Amino acid sequence: MTARIERPLSPHLQTYRWTLTMALSIVHRVTGMALYFGTLLLAWWLIAAASGPGAYANVQAFTASTIGRLIVFGYTWALMHHMLSGIRHFVWDLGYGFKPNEREALTWGALIGGVSLTVLVWIAAYAIGGGR
Amino acid sequence: MSAQNSPAKSMRTPLARVRSLPVIVIVLMLIGSNQAGAKLILGSLPIAIILLLFIVASAWHMKIGMQVVIEDYVHNEKLKLAGIMANNFFSFAVALASIYALLKLSSGV
Repeated sequence: MTARIERPLSPHLQTYRWTLTMALSIVHRVTGMALYFGTLLLAWWLIAAASGPGAYANVQAFTASTIGRLIVFGYTWALMHHMLSGIRHFVWDLGYGFKPNEREALTWGALIGGVSLTVLVWIAAYAIGGGR
Repeated sequence: MSAQNSPAKSMRTPLARVRSLPVIVIVLMLIGSNQAGAKLILGSLPIAIILLLFIVASAWHMKIGMQVVIEDYVHNEKLKLAGIMANNFFSFAVALASIYALLKLSSGV
């Protein structure tokens, strides 16, 4: 065993003042993780449609239940937010939007846009489904 | 801070970033429809192709995205390897199951 060298430690997250971009960076990851497992829902739906009326009715019973509806609503928001947040990353990848006001605007845009799109999609869903 | 300094490989292609929009429209089209109606729409050629593209792009995005997260947070080598293998399996399995279902819907079997 070699002697442990006492290297300086870099400060971790709790040392820094929270900023919007920091928080939204974590939200981007979390929504990505949620969407990762949420694809099971999409796969289940497609398999059920391919299987037959009984299996499809099970999916519809789930999505009509309170918990199912909450999960699908959460999935919609995660998808919309992750998409807009991803476009924000794409702008940064191209080398734009790094000025403080620009990055704040992009980040607020992703946050507000994600919520707005989610609400719009659900208004459309209820309009089409007639409350179902 | 310039484009030259940006990461060489991005996790997404430009088109893939908005790939969820057509899928939202397709899901909205199917609200209130029963299995027979769903089969009719999901089995139609343009819809099936859009969904297949979405699934392939998403599964790849899931695989490389989750791998970055595993590599960031799992420091035990064996656990990391197991996690990456599980991730590969999950992403592949979800994609294959969805693709099979879509092809079955399209073939009318």
